[in-house]
Amino acid sequence: MNGLGLEQAWVYLSASPLLHLLATLLAFIAATRINRWAGGTPLLHPVIVAIALLIGFLLVTGTDYPTYFAGAQFLHFLLGPATVALAIPLYDHRERVRRMLWPIAIGTMAGIATAVVSAVGIAMILGADTETVLSLAPKSVTSPIAMGIAEKLGGIPSLTAGLVLLTGVVGCIVGPWIFRLTRVTDPTIQGYSMGLAAHGFGTAYCFASVGAVAGAFSGLAMGLSGLVTAFVLPPIVQLFGL
Amino acid sequence: MSLIIGMSILLGCQFLGEVISRAFTLPVPGPVLGMLILLIGLMIRGSVPGSLRTMGEGLLKYLTLLFVPAGVGLIQHFGLISREIWVLIITLIVSTSVTILVTSQTLQRLARKRTPAKEHDA
Repeated sequence: MNGLGLEQAWVYLSASPLLHLLATLLAFIAATRINRWAGGTPLLHPVIVAIALLIGFLLVTGTDYPTYFAGAQFLHFLLGPATVALAIPLYDHRERVRRMLWPIAIGTMAGIATAVVSAVGIAMILGADTETVLSLAPKSVTSPIAMGIAEKLGGIPSLTAGLVLLTGVVGCIVGPWIFRLTRVTDPTIQGYSMGLAAHGFGTAYCFASVGAVAGAFSGLAMGLSGLVTAFVLPPIVQLFGL
Repeated sequence: MSLIIGMSILLGCQFLGEVISRAFTLPVPGPVLGMLILLIGLMIRGSVPGSLRTMGEGLLKYLTLLFVPAGVGLIQHFGLISREIWVLIITLIVSTSVTILVTSQTLQRLARKRTPAKEHDA
């Protein structure tokens, strides 16, 4: 193949959804491998590494985000049905919820209120733009729900997606340290707190490092707090006059 | 066929959720309402259809992959991020720590009051 042929091939590929869909899958596979080599540290979470690899790829090839998204949107679309599917683990855990209804209800409301008020309050005190504050507000909620909330509030969904992922990383780092410091040893409480504050990252961490009970409670917290936050966050944000 | 039925249930619930969210201009995202509709449906039915479980758990297993396209969107916000980098870092670390602290302490107090040192099943 001569130089011109390659160039034509690139022109075709860079404009078709195929290249960036494939690149996303390959980056995720590579990121999963890198994370395994690094001993599964949350600092090099596969999602974070995959995003960094793809941003590097787009910068090197001079591709803009809309062109990338034209290919990646097929994966992005699946976030909607995946959010709906969170009803399945919630349904599976209905007995646990029924048994611990009041502690869970009060703990969830306290946790969500803390997450939203502290995020919005700190960001406002530090003088962040309104858009940034609104993008930070749903940071503890699992991405598909957080992005939906940010969009409805007038935040920036893609910024929220990034902040949610970073929140997950922070939660996995500070969580175990806080539990040790405050002597919280009950795996159900550890799991629930991690799932509420650090969504799917917290859940994955609990399954891997604490145990199955902690993981199940973490998943329950993620689904339940996502659902409740979607309803209570808009009025809380209104209290701040945003 | 089972994957198609499972996906149809999920998309059907999402569709209903989107319609309700838009029709009543609710601040709640359509997929979240869809999740609530599915949850209510499962409670009424009393079990999870096999086709739905296969599709739904398959999607949830690869949930992290689905975050990647949106996360790459950070590339559009380099300006904003570098301008507010400290605000973002401090807010994320402090707010996440306080949230974990408050949630775990609330649960611990309540659990201690109700069931002293009771072990929960796996």
